[in-house]
Amino acid sequence: MHLQVSWRNVWRNPKRTGIILTAIIIGAWTMLAFGALSRGMMTSTLSNALNTLTGHIQIQHPAFRDDPVIDNRLTAPARVADVLEQHLPGNAAFAFRIQVNGVASNARNSESITIVGIDPAKEAGLSFYGDNTAQGKLLAPGDYRGIVVGQALLDSFETKIGRKLVLMTRDATLETASKAFKIRGTFRAEMEATEKQFVFITLDAAQSFLKAGTGVTSACIKLPEETTMDLEALAKTAKALARELPEGTAVLTWVDLLPLLKGYLSMFDSFMLLWYLVVFVAMAFGLTNTMLMAVLERTREFGLLKALGMKPSWIIRNVLLECLILLAIGLAAGNILGFATVQALSGGIDMSFMAEGSEFFGIGHLVIPYITLKDLLSVNAVIMGLGVLVCLYPAVKAGRITPVEAMSHT
Amino acid sequence: MELLMAWRNVWRNPRRTILTILAIAFACILLVFMLSLQIGMYEVMINTAVKTRTGHMQVLADGYNQDHKIRKVISDPEAVARILDDTPHITGYTFRANGFALLSSDQRTYGGLITGVDPVSEPRISNIKSIIRKGRFLSPSDTNSAVIGSLLAKRLKIDLGDELVVLGSARDGAIAATVLTVAGIFSSGMDDYDRSAIQIPLAHFQEVFAMEGTVHEAVITCDSLWNVGSAQTAISKAVAGLEQKRRLTCLSWDELTPGLVQSIQMDLGGGLIFYGILLIMVAFSIMNTFLMAVFERTREFGTLMAIGARPGRLTTMLVYESAFLTLCGIGLGIGAGCLLTLWAQHAGIPMGDAEGMLRQYGIPGLIRPKLTLATALAGPAVVFLITMLTALYPAVKVHRIIPVDAMRAA
Repeated sequence: MHLQVSWRNVWRNPKRTGIILTAIIIGAWTMLAFGALSRGMMTSTLSNALNTLTGHIQIQHPAFRDDPVIDNRLTAPARVADVLEQHLPGNAAFAFRIQVNGVASNARNSESITIVGIDPAKEAGLSFYGDNTAQGKLLAPGDYRGIVVGQALLDSFETKIGRKLVLMTRDATLETASKAFKIRGTFRAEMEATEKQFVFITLDAAQSFLKAGTGVTSACIKLPEETTMDLEALAKTAKALARELPEGTAVLTWVDLLPLLKGYLSMFDSFMLLWYLVVFVAMAFGLTNTMLMAVLERTREFGLLKALGMKPSWIIRNVLLECLILLAIGLAAGNILGFATVQALSGGIDMSFMAEGSEFFGIGHLVIPYITLKDLLSVNAVIMGLGVLVCLYPAVKAGRITPVEAMSHT
Repeated sequence: MELLMAWRNVWRNPRRTILTILAIAFACILLVFMLSLQIGMYEVMINTAVKTRTGHMQVLADGYNQDHKIRKVISDPEAVARILDDTPHITGYTFRANGFALLSSDQRTYGGLITGVDPVSEPRISNIKSIIRKGRFLSPSDTNSAVIGSLLAKRLKIDLGDELVVLGSARDGAIAATVLTVAGIFSSGMDDYDRSAIQIPLAHFQEVFAMEGTVHEAVITCDSLWNVGSAQTAISKAVAGLEQKRRLTCLSWDELTPGLVQSIQMDLGGGLIFYGILLIMVAFSIMNTFLMAVFERTREFGTLMAIGARPGRLTTMLVYESAFLTLCGIGLGIGAGCLLTLWAQHAGIPMGDAEGMLRQYGIPGLIRPKLTLATALAGPAVVFLITMLTALYPAVKVHRIIPVDAMRAA
């Protein structure tokens, strides 16, 4: 009964209802679409960072993070491997690496780089290595002389596939180690900085080059994609691993490894909420005003209803119900439009026209907007909850109208 | 006459009027504040980039900016200096030379970027002296002293007075080697820079790297950002005429750091979308007020027309009404917005968790908006335009009113 009355009241002035509905729809729609786009950018930034050899969890020597040299290595990776194989969920992957700073040089140039010794069989899929080969081929297992470098590095050294590149670093015996490697292939990465920073050799080659025995500097673990933002689950997994692992190992999640990015992402969350509130406030003025008009022009009617014995709380309920109907229709249409927009852009937005700008922020070239349940809920909760709240004012106003003042009202 | 009537009409329904004014004021406050914030941030970002690295302009050998090869030199810096002395708007210049080298302390070895700087003129161009955290900057009598980045010092495990062995390749392809003593440690806040940079006196650099009196860059500052363009044109023309081994070019700060400019454009673009959505929301919110103000007065307009008011006069009156509303809102908005911005400018806005990340872009821990005439008025001007456009529709609609029908309307 109440619902029907309110429904009819809403449509008494279709033009007014139409305008305020448009406002609500645009509000909900843009909140969702803008939110989805920002999420997409954030995910792109994050997955870019995780793909650049960070992974979800790393197991390292406790001192390695502050002092990344070969001295601080895990000497018995076999025991770590046992623990990881037993305790990681089935859909997780891991690989050992040696990662140290060094210098690459040839006759033309010399640059500071990061030498990464990898297990060719396991590394692909774990990081960007193997994702996008520009020239030549990747490392074969057991290749002691091959090296894979970024395309940008190759260009800056004015060299080509098959030529030699000399790597220089300090080995485990504190001596300067230097060895020539043959360029087997080049990779392309999202960012030019990545292409210039990392060079890949096999783990075996790295171990003998650095005289590190069977040691490795880190085990990198990649969990299924959807766990990236689930920080609690991540911390739990890390804790479980830490319990099982032998002494002298540190378990670090990406939150520990990339504290700057974590801070940025959490600011991002509060920024999104702020954005929702701002759009809502702009909408709320219109909503309150419209409901206020709708109530005031019906002063006589409310007075009459009261004279007939309707309780004030019923009147308040009716007005709030009208407001709810408006919000519900607006939200439904806004959500549909929002999802449609995201669907239409599901191929991703190519950011390469802003390549240097997005590289500056660490965003990848392709941004795929998506809606998370959290965003969907917070958009709807903000509009619905606060919407009803601001409608309380006109509703209470309507409830207070007395029959006498209403009848004298023209 | 219309003015007076309009003013009285505006206040016939004070509640509605105040809500509408508040909606307009809200939009203005937000626009003033956000625009000032963005401009303030950009200015800081540009200033940091200009002061720590690029200067306003640089004269370089053609192609040096794309690829920092040690052989791409300015062979006769004296000639460039003579040109710069004669160019108006230039407040100072200094010469630098850069080279890549392997840096070894007793315990650690890392690659680093060595810059040879002029101990006298460098502090006038860059902020290096003010970011020295420990020790002192180079003095003219220094030969093999160095100031190094704080993170590099930490990695190399060295402190003031310690020795550092440098091994690199010189301009002629020979080995460049020297031993440096740490005179100072600096921290710019940008991790990449602090992790790799080291500065030594230019004369010593030229000796070690076989530069034979040549340099890589002439770093120039201008009296203001606005004069960079004209000074650049003048210098470009002059240096192109020089008889040097390599063609010289003059690049401005935005050409030297394209990532910075694009990232600003990206941020500004995002901001504009945000403002656009906000304005649409506000427009719909107040459209209802304007429409209702006309519809509920159909009878009144009918009467006015019946006693001889021309539709044109009614339109004028309605436009005045909306103008009153809008101007009140904008006035209030600009006032409150400026107050809020000035307060934030004075107190600074802490960025919490995101601080570390923002520091990498040269933004300090506290963000300060910067109120200028443009940021205070640009947003509200757009709001004025949009609200007046919104108000035009009902004002024109008045023309369609037929007195007889209107007076019969309920």
